[in-house]
Amino acid sequence: MKRITGDAPSGRVASGFSRREFLRGSGAAAAATALVGAGEVAAGAQDADKGDGVARGKITVVLDVNGAKHEVQAEPRTTLLDALRNQLHLTGAKPVSTDPSSGAATVLVDGKPACAASMLVLQAAGKKIQTVESLGGTKLDPVPAAFVSADAEQCGFCTPGFVVAVRAFLNEHPKATDDEIRSGLNGNICRCGTYANIIRAIAIVRGG
Amino acid sequence: MAVEYSWPKKADAKVLGTEHDRLDGAAKATGAAKYTYDHTPAKLLFARGLGCPHGHCRILDIDVTAAEKAPGVVHVHVLQKPRVGDDGKPIQPEIEWEGELLAIVAAETEAAAAEGVAKIKVDFEPLDVFVDDEDLEAAEKAKRTSKGGGKVQLEKEPGDDEDEDEFAEKEVNRLLGEAKHVVEGYYGIRPITHCCLEPHGSVCAWDGDKLDVHLSTQNVSGTDEQFANALKVAAGDVHVQCQYIGGGFGSKFAADYWGIACAEIAKATGRPVRLMLTRDQELKLGGNRPSGYLKVKLGADENGVVTVWDSQHWGTGGARGGVVGHGVIPYVYRPKNYRRVATAIKTNCAPSRAWRAPDHPQACAISQTAYDDLARVMGADSLDIFRKNLANIESNQKAEVYAAEMDIAAKLMDWKAKWHPHGKGPAKGSVVEGLGMAIHTWQGVAGNSNCMLRVHPDGSVESFCGTQDLGTGTRTVCAMVLAETFGIPVESVKVNIGSSKYPESGPSGGSTTVGGVSESHRRAGQEALAKLAEIVAKKLEIDAATVVARNGRVGSKDDDAKTMSWKEACSLLGHKALEVTASFRRGAEGTPLSGAGVGGVQMAHVAVDRETGVVRMKKFVAVQDMGLIINRKLAESQVHGAMIMGIAYALFEERITDPETGQFLNAELADYKLPRLGDIGELVVELYEPESERARGVIGLGEPPVIGPGAAISNAVCNALGVRVPVLPLTPKRVLDALAKAKA
Repeated sequence: MKRITGDAPSGRVASGFSRREFLRGSGAAAAATALVGAGEVAAGAQDADKGDGVARGKITVVLDVNGAKHEVQAEPRTTLLDALRNQLHLTGAKPVSTDPSSGAATVLVDGKPACAASMLVLQAAGKKIQTVESLGGTKLDPVPAAFVSADAEQCGFCTPGFVVAVRAFLNEHPKATDDEIRSGLNGNICRCGTYANIIRAIAIVRGG
Repeated sequence: MAVEYSWPKKADAKVLGTEHDRLDGAAKATGAAKYTYDHTPAKLLFARGLGCPHGHCRILDIDVTAAEKAPGVVHVHVLQKPRVGDDGKPIQPEIEWEGELLAIVAAETEAAAAEGVAKIKVDFEPLDVFVDDEDLEAAEKAKRTSKGGGKVQLEKEPGDDEDEDEFAEKEVNRLLGEAKHVVEGYYGIRPITHCCLEPHGSVCAWDGDKLDVHLSTQNVSGTDEQFANALKVAAGDVHVQCQYIGGGFGSKFAADYWGIACAEIAKATGRPVRLMLTRDQELKLGGNRPSGYLKVKLGADENGVVTVWDSQHWGTGGARGGVVGHGVIPYVYRPKNYRRVATAIKTNCAPSRAWRAPDHPQACAISQTAYDDLARVMGADSLDIFRKNLANIESNQKAEVYAAEMDIAAKLMDWKAKWHPHGKGPAKGSVVEGLGMAIHTWQGVAGNSNCMLRVHPDGSVESFCGTQDLGTGTRTVCAMVLAETFGIPVESVKVNIGSSKYPESGPSGGSTTVGGVSESHRRAGQEALAKLAEIVAKKLEIDAATVVARNGRVGSKDDDAKTMSWKEACSLLGHKALEVTASFRRGAEGTPLSGAGVGGVQMAHVAVDRETGVVRMKKFVAVQDMGLIINRKLAESQVHGAMIMGIAYALFEERITDPETGQFLNAELADYKLPRLGDIGELVVELYEPESERARGVIGLGEPPVIGPGAAISNAVCNALGVRVPVLPLTPKRVLDALAKAKA
């Protein structure tokens, strides 16, 4: 009888890419450690800093989210998505895939679209993070407004990621042609099939 | 006086049939909408399952010691524990598909739960794996097949002393021999997954003996009892809620064993627990659609009308068997003579779940392709063949409606101008273009639904219904129905859905929801209005039978002076809200509010690169009837979505399983190919709502338009190439293989 014994192949750890690879790259031996650049960890890395630039254990990080500073507790492996959703209760960005293949966790980091599911909190520290929630509130941004009027949403689970991706795309290409729209937003997946109406929504914001 | 339920005429309708914005649109577009995955109560434990890595194995031992000691891990729940039976013999669970959860770890963070899972040690005994669902002979040899039923229908009957099977064999061969045109074809469609973007899962919390569940479900009213039965608590002590669901498509009707386990862990730890499947688990376990493969010989007369159909088809619904039902073969078309037989194959893959329009997309894709091959063989126009064969159909919709829809679709596609015989179109470099079509049907009868309605003395209106919104726009539909009934703005109606504490409403499956909630809300609305009318009539000293509610006023339908504002009318209720509960039971006869049975015609225009094998959608037209339209914008969205899901299974997605290990090789979104925004071409939707169809009332729309795309797109590719690419999805490799085979 053939027997297989060993670690159950669970696939991936929470951070989405192989943490083992990451650590091997950083040369750190302990499980929950990561290299941090100077100044990235804004506060309270008491048990983290042994002067070797390696963060360990749980540390307090200040994140600049939607124009306000928030303290979050993070291990080196904690993703930005995890902190936004589970600590700051900003649940617009969605955990659809652990890598950036779905686009559902798209946020703006220093104005550029980024995947919060594959970015560590430590990488996000000191940067300006904007989530989909910043486009809502009392004054609705034209992008989500156009998503509503074009009905560019069904179940809505992919919608926040799409809204942020479209916002970023139009910031860069305010006069995008139809062809540019169709080739510039292929980083997001919708399962319900709202693409046709998303194209309409983008055209509404672009005008013409 | 009994209220006579009815819809206003098209010309009189103020709200019905308009393009009202989705009421929860802004909440969804700005992240304010809270899905199950978004609920993060205080002291939440994050749970994650360990999936079985083998397609078929026995579990000899599960050691969770290291997992329990992992930092942050609070609880480990073993689902498949080997044990010793009463007879002293070991009982070792047999796992029949990869991904099946063996144990669940609950921890303080998601990362800690993942680390705990990685520390579980399992001893497996691998067993034989069988996953090939396409090779029927091999499946028979491996004893993996079972009969899936069949039927023989012949115009001639056997003599009294004749063996029926022998007669059928002889008669089918005779008909084929006499046919003017014969097609021998092979067609297939691979298994796909539901791939909900929000995976299956729940957040469970106990308050004493009461269980509160946020569940990603399309069955709010039906899952509370599933939890109650499994956990041995009173159904009334379980509260299931789902305000928003991130995709279901037929896969989220059940509490599921992982939902029950989530509640058990919450009980054991005394803390709220969230357990969502991981992405790969969602694809492996969350639901898949059975495959279908069909071999056929069909014969047709000189006009291209099919006179005889002789097919066998097979496929797999996974480890529990199952196959596309023979009753839908050939799809919609039903020649006067046919013989069809189905065979189910058991594979080491997770059991299938209902996938949007169960069986129909596969049946359409593997049989209407044969009808198109008849056009190819005859050098005839496919539209002509599809139209002529309307003489013999078995459908929920009438042939005249299909004919009318074909005319509309052909016009929108400019079919006549674009058409060329199969493989005879002009080439631009290596790119050739083609047209294809398909027709479909669905029942879409309204489901059970109850609605409790309160009209308050201040004029506000709120409704309560234990339904859910899969993304169709259920809230908006309910509000529109009540707004139409009371003559008030849509925004002024407060619709409450998504709780098992509300009056029961059916699961959202089979295109039953919009019909069901339209029934219950219209009935409740009309009942309430009748009561209000009596009070208003008394005050205005008019006949209650003449009272109408429109444009924000209630009163005489003939005399504007004898009316009052909606608010004023409601204030006559005194201090107590008017409360009405109305009920609709599925299948109620003679209801004027909802109907059943739709058809639809789809036409695809594609470009195929003969060098790379890449298929691009150029244009895709869908003409669809659905009875009475509540919200034109939302209805169009449903059709758009179905067309894109259809493009997905026609050109991109499939489950790829390793034949040696049974492992689902592409169970991540980076590998499980779905269309992107740039892949859809131009979509054209025409909602066919002549008075004859509208008069039938509301009929479900979710399923029907997802049925035709496989056949329509395959037929378009065949028209472009002159060669049939037999199996969907039509990936570049399959296109190139088919071209190479045709050349050889």
